[in-house]
Amino acid sequence: MGLTAEESGRLATLLDTHAEKVTASWADAAAAPLRGRLTRAELLKQVQDLHRAVVESLHDGGFDLTADASAALRATLVDLARSRARHGFSATETTVTVFGLKKALFDVVDVHGGDPQVLIDLLAAHTMIDELGLFAFESYARTREELISDQAEQLLELATPVVKLWEGVVAIPLVGTLDSARAQVVMERLLETLVETSSPYAIIDITGVLAVDTQVAQHILKTVVAARLMGAECIISGIRPQIAQTIVALGIEFGDIATKATLADALRHALRMIEATRKGRVN
Amino acid sequence: MERVPVLKIGDILLVSIQVDMQDQTALALQEDLADRIVATGCHGVIIDITGLDIVDSFVGRMLSSIASISRVLDAETVVVGMRPAVAITLVELGLSLDGIRTALNVERGMELLALARAAEPDDTGFDLGLDLDGFGSPATP
Repeated sequence: MGLTAEESGRLATLLDTHAEKVTASWADAAAAPLRGRLTRAELLKQVQDLHRAVVESLHDGGFDLTADASAALRATLVDLARSRARHGFSATETTVTVFGLKKALFDVVDVHGGDPQVLIDLLAAHTMIDELGLFAFESYARTREELISDQAEQLLELATPVVKLWEGVVAIPLVGTLDSARAQVVMERLLETLVETSSPYAIIDITGVLAVDTQVAQHILKTVVAARLMGAECIISGIRPQIAQTIVALGIEFGDIATKATLADALRHALRMIEATRKGRVN
Repeated sequence: MERVPVLKIGDILLVSIQVDMQDQTALALQEDLADRIVATGCHGVIIDITGLDIVDSFVGRMLSSIASISRVLDAETVVVGMRPAVAITLVELGLSLDGIRTALNVERGMELLALARAAEPDDTGFDLGLDLDGFGSPATP
């Protein structure tokens, strides 16, 4: 929903002539809910940018936020929403800044003059400001979603390093919660490293796993079976007392898979197996 | 029809599967391998499946039957070089290669076979002459 050419013309002139007063009271209105987390100078700068963009897009005739003429205004709003989202402001704190223009308009318009045209214009202006606020809100939400998905991706890469402990022994320390997506990544990384380093032993250390439920156990078991198919043996280590109790309570069977309390025990077990293999070959 | 070559290295027969396995190819491989085991008297078979992108139930069954045939002819079978993606798929499908030994690569496979061979009782250790000497002679009173 846009404004007619006359409405936007009148609004632009109004904002232009009282530029200083409008931005000042706009900044004041926006500052209150932020409780001093942005300095007044910063806020004034943001408000002035917005003011300029709004006036420019009003000057181009009938206002329409989706039109090409409003590209600069949209960019300014997106910038504002992005910086607020990245600095940890809430959605309300972001959109209130845009809605501050309503308050500023009241200060420069003579609402008690009895001119019905003024009220109609004010109503139209409010509709426009609502539109700007919604747009800022959506940009804010989008930025937050991007942030979250970026972080999830980083976590996925961060939390799954496969380390070589010894000649023929690799270890993967699992940290955090193990969902299907991460389990898949862990599984692939581990199996690929087994092939690359030609290591017949892999240690899956679950010291950093907060909870082991049937699903997590299922993922670990699958990894072990896949490694066996490829000709490598897995040892599970770092089982904390509490987790051992949970595993038994849930009735999870690890079968003939070697489980050790600590990574050190697991490494000793692997080295002993390698030694046995070596001796067997010599004899 | 494509044939899979069977190479002899010392006491081991090496089969490297590089082509998509069809019914005919699989049957021919089983026959070739059985013939070669008997002809060469080898005691180990290594099947390298590095070149296989897909291992389905058909290939799994083929590997199982090759292992069984070899075992009947006193040869141990090791499947080597299974790719991670293949292993994951097999697990997800719930297929297991029962009765098949696996190793990461050909080198490890040869080690495994050497180990299995060493664990077996040494067939040259029996002193057959001792029994034969007493065979047919009159029992001591």
